[in-house]
Amino acid sequence: MTLTAERTRPPDARRRGRPTSGGRETLLLMLPALVPVLVFSVGPLLYGMYLAFTDARSGRNAETSFVGLANFGDLLTDGDFWASFRIGLIWAVSVTVLQFTASLGLALLLNENLRFRGFARVLALVPWAMPPVVIGLMWRLVYHPNAGILNSVLQDLGLLGHNVDWLNDFSLALPAVIVVGVWTGMPQTTVVLLAGLQGIPGELYEAGQMDGASAWRRFWNITLPQLRPVIVTITSLDFVWNINQFGLVYVLTQGGPGGQTRLPLLFAYEEAFRYGFFGYAATLGLAMVIVVLAVLGLYIGRQMREAS
Amino acid sequence: MRRPLQYLALLGYVVFLGFPLVWLLSTALKTPREMASLHPTWIPHNPVLSNFADAFGEQDLVGGALRSLVVATACSLLTVVLALPASYAMARHRTALSKLAVGWVLVSQIFPFILIIIPLFMVLRSLDLVNTLPGLTLVHVTFVMPFALWMLQGYVRAVPRELEEAAAVDGAGRVVALVRVVAPLLAPGVVATLLFAFISSWNEFLFALVVLKDPDVATLPLTLVKFTGAEGVVRLGPLAAASLLATIPSLAFFAIIQRRLRSGLMAGAVKG
Repeated sequence: MTLTAERTRPPDARRRGRPTSGGRETLLLMLPALVPVLVFSVGPLLYGMYLAFTDARSGRNAETSFVGLANFGDLLTDGDFWASFRIGLIWAVSVTVLQFTASLGLALLLNENLRFRGFARVLALVPWAMPPVVIGLMWRLVYHPNAGILNSVLQDLGLLGHNVDWLNDFSLALPAVIVVGVWTGMPQTTVVLLAGLQGIPGELYEAGQMDGASAWRRFWNITLPQLRPVIVTITSLDFVWNINQFGLVYVLTQGGPGGQTRLPLLFAYEEAFRYGFFGYAATLGLAMVIVVLAVLGLYIGRQMREAS
Repeated sequence: MRRPLQYLALLGYVVFLGFPLVWLLSTALKTPREMASLHPTWIPHNPVLSNFADAFGEQDLVGGALRSLVVATACSLLTVVLALPASYAMARHRTALSKLAVGWVLVSQIFPFILIIIPLFMVLRSLDLVNTLPGLTLVHVTFVMPFALWMLQGYVRAVPRELEEAAAVDGAGRVVALVRVVAPLLAPGVVATLLFAFISSWNEFLFALVVLKDPDVATLPLTLVKFTGAEGVVRLGPLAAASLLATIPSLAFFAIIQRRLRSGLMAGAVKG
């Protein structure tokens, strides 16, 4: 049909692409899927970034005006924001690091020829298959001050003299929530690391063994360097997911007690939907994007320099 | 010396990953009287199923489950109907749009939901869709769409185009070729995408929290969370039972796809 168009295409595209009217038909076929994504996702996102520079309020007829960087100024001097930002960083860094360490250990074990390996592999996937809300509720049952199993077990072991209200204790709530975060994110991390381990060529280990390298040296000099790209990818993703976490902690503590687990997005949610400061909450969201990009830039840049 | 240590470590992981699940199950099987006992035990003294019956007796929970069912079903059907033509186009024509869809899935991870949910709330409000199930369905369709497109176009790509062309040569029109030859081969992929969209919507909490303010239209995750608000110890049994029931759809889904998750799918996704 369109010989000219065909001739101009690179050979690879010609083989794969259907030699028809191309452009317009494709657009027509894609339209039904594109419209909702543009209207309800891309558009709102762009508008949301604009809102960060306005004084938008939640009221239906509230007037909105452009205020430039005023919101950012407010944000930088807002003690509540900095408190929540600090908690967010502690949360995201600890969960990401613990998740990675625990998952790497598990992936190494699952890669060995152990018995019950199949069972452990299935079990390792279960948290992934659970609705986030159910995970939160389940751990509330575990941490429950009177009816929870944690207090009961710790008292049986003699580690605890009285019942502790884990999720309502000022100093224990954040660590308790971090444990749930690690539990929830382990499956994805383990699966990705396991796939990475299985992709390392066996000859490398054979060569290492011939040279008489110990198991530890083989891990340090073969496994880790080979796994590096996978590790950088999954820890970056985990960090982004963790710092943007909301639902799990909302179900567990709603940010309490006294804001001890109020992650930045819980803070933003309250600003927007409890107090009605849409513009300010959007500013906070945008600030988080900047922080995430900066952290990832530094981290990935350093890893790439070290690798080369 | 190494093996026993490895088994010990594996046991540690199994305990850490498994004990909350065992506790959820145990709580779901306990009588209200045992729940109130001062020293909780792992194994219920006399396990009962009455908590499940009680959960079904809670009007809020049943209503929430029904509304979740409606939203998730509508979301999965709508997603697949809208995504099928697009995924066909993406797989058969090489266009920049296919790359954009995948790129959007990745890029959108970086943006915190608050940046999208505020304007989205304003859009829905101007359309009078706040506090309505169609409003939530639309939002779910939007957020399932990029991944559904990516899934479906993979399945279309797996159908050899020669088959389609052969049918056309045999005198079948293009539409007939699509319906007779491509559709049957695509059926498993369509089912997988339907299931994926259903589960995503069934489990979704964030958008529901913002879009559905009115308790009368709350979906299951919202009612489950509200149910804990009145923290009576006695009600924890039915809560655990309802949580277990709410997990069944996604557990079933994962049971079907877990083999592929463990091996190929993720390996390919990471190494790309």
